[in-house]
Amino acid sequence: MDTIFLYGIALLLFILSFAADRQKTKKAFSKGLKALEGILPQFIAVVALIAIMLSLLEPQTISRFIGSDSGPLGVILAGLIGSITLIPGFVAFPLAGELLKNGAGTLQIATFVSSLMMVGVITLPVEISYFGKRAAVLRNLLALAFSFAAAFFVAWAAGI
Amino acid sequence: MKKKTPLQRYIPAVVSLAALGALSLIMPEIAPRAGKALVNQLTSIALVVPPIFMLLGLLDVWVPRDTMIRFMGPDSGIRGPVLAFLLGSAAAGPLYGAFPVAGVLMKKGASFHNILIFIGAWSTTKVPMFLFEMQALGKRFALSRLAIDLVGITVIAFAIEKAVPKKEVERIYALAAEEDN
Repeated sequence: MDTIFLYGIALLLFILSFAADRQKTKKAFSKGLKALEGILPQFIAVVALIAIMLSLLEPQTISRFIGSDSGPLGVILAGLIGSITLIPGFVAFPLAGELLKNGAGTLQIATFVSSLMMVGVITLPVEISYFGKRAAVLRNLLALAFSFAAAFFVAWAAGI
Repeated sequence: MKKKTPLQRYIPAVVSLAALGALSLIMPEIAPRAGKALVNQLTSIALVVPPIFMLLGLLDVWVPRDTMIRFMGPDSGIRGPVLAFLLGSAAAGPLYGAFPVAGVLMKKGASFHNILIFIGAWSTTKVPMFLFEMQALGKRFALSRLAIDLVGITVIAFAIEKAVPKKEVERIYALAAEEDN
């Protein structure tokens, strides 16, 4: 859905741009293409790593680790699994929803969802190439710590 | 980024792909799943990433540096972070798509603080994802997470800004500036 939207916007803006200035539009196109080629090798590496991760870590494994009765250890595991995995939202949210229905704690699920979205160990190389080691590592560590804090808030707020 | 030969640049990609291939050979039972995951991820990259970069090209060519500085620069006031939040939340695609966008924003003169807000918003307050979350995990869950995320993103941005030395920030900006041209 949002892919179509994205293409729609890109196409529309390119038509407008082309109507306004052909030369600039050509430049925009080649700049975009060049930047894409620049980062492509890293994207391919990330994709391969995601495939390795997804093939080793089945949804059932995740449920076992952070499902019901997993306790405090489950919360920590939820944060770690969320950090190292990179699961698209349309897979992750239904999985999390299913876990929640089957008795997993809100704390574990909220930690998992937050760390999944905000922390990216696999994509760290890409992040470092734009932000430097220091800022990139720091951002991921802070985001992980925040995921735990946010989970307590969500568990509390969802419970009142 | 250091200049590398084209071949060198693709070494990590080749190594990771080889590792995936080796893994599928050692554990044949996971091969179908690995293959499916790879194809899924590649299609999603092939679909989502190109338009992002095309839009980046347009942004680069059409938005003058002065305008970016005025709206998202160090002296943009409250306008900067708000705009950064909206831009990040309106985004589509995985977090690693945000980094190149951040690079162009830096090049155009957006402040480091606003860049960090933008990255935070892209990572976790994207509108389509929020709707999905509401559906799968409930209104209360999604809304309370959104509320705490707004706080968290801001706090994290301030913390990183404080912790990263000015020199390092300048180095990152110089990197972004030489990215193409």
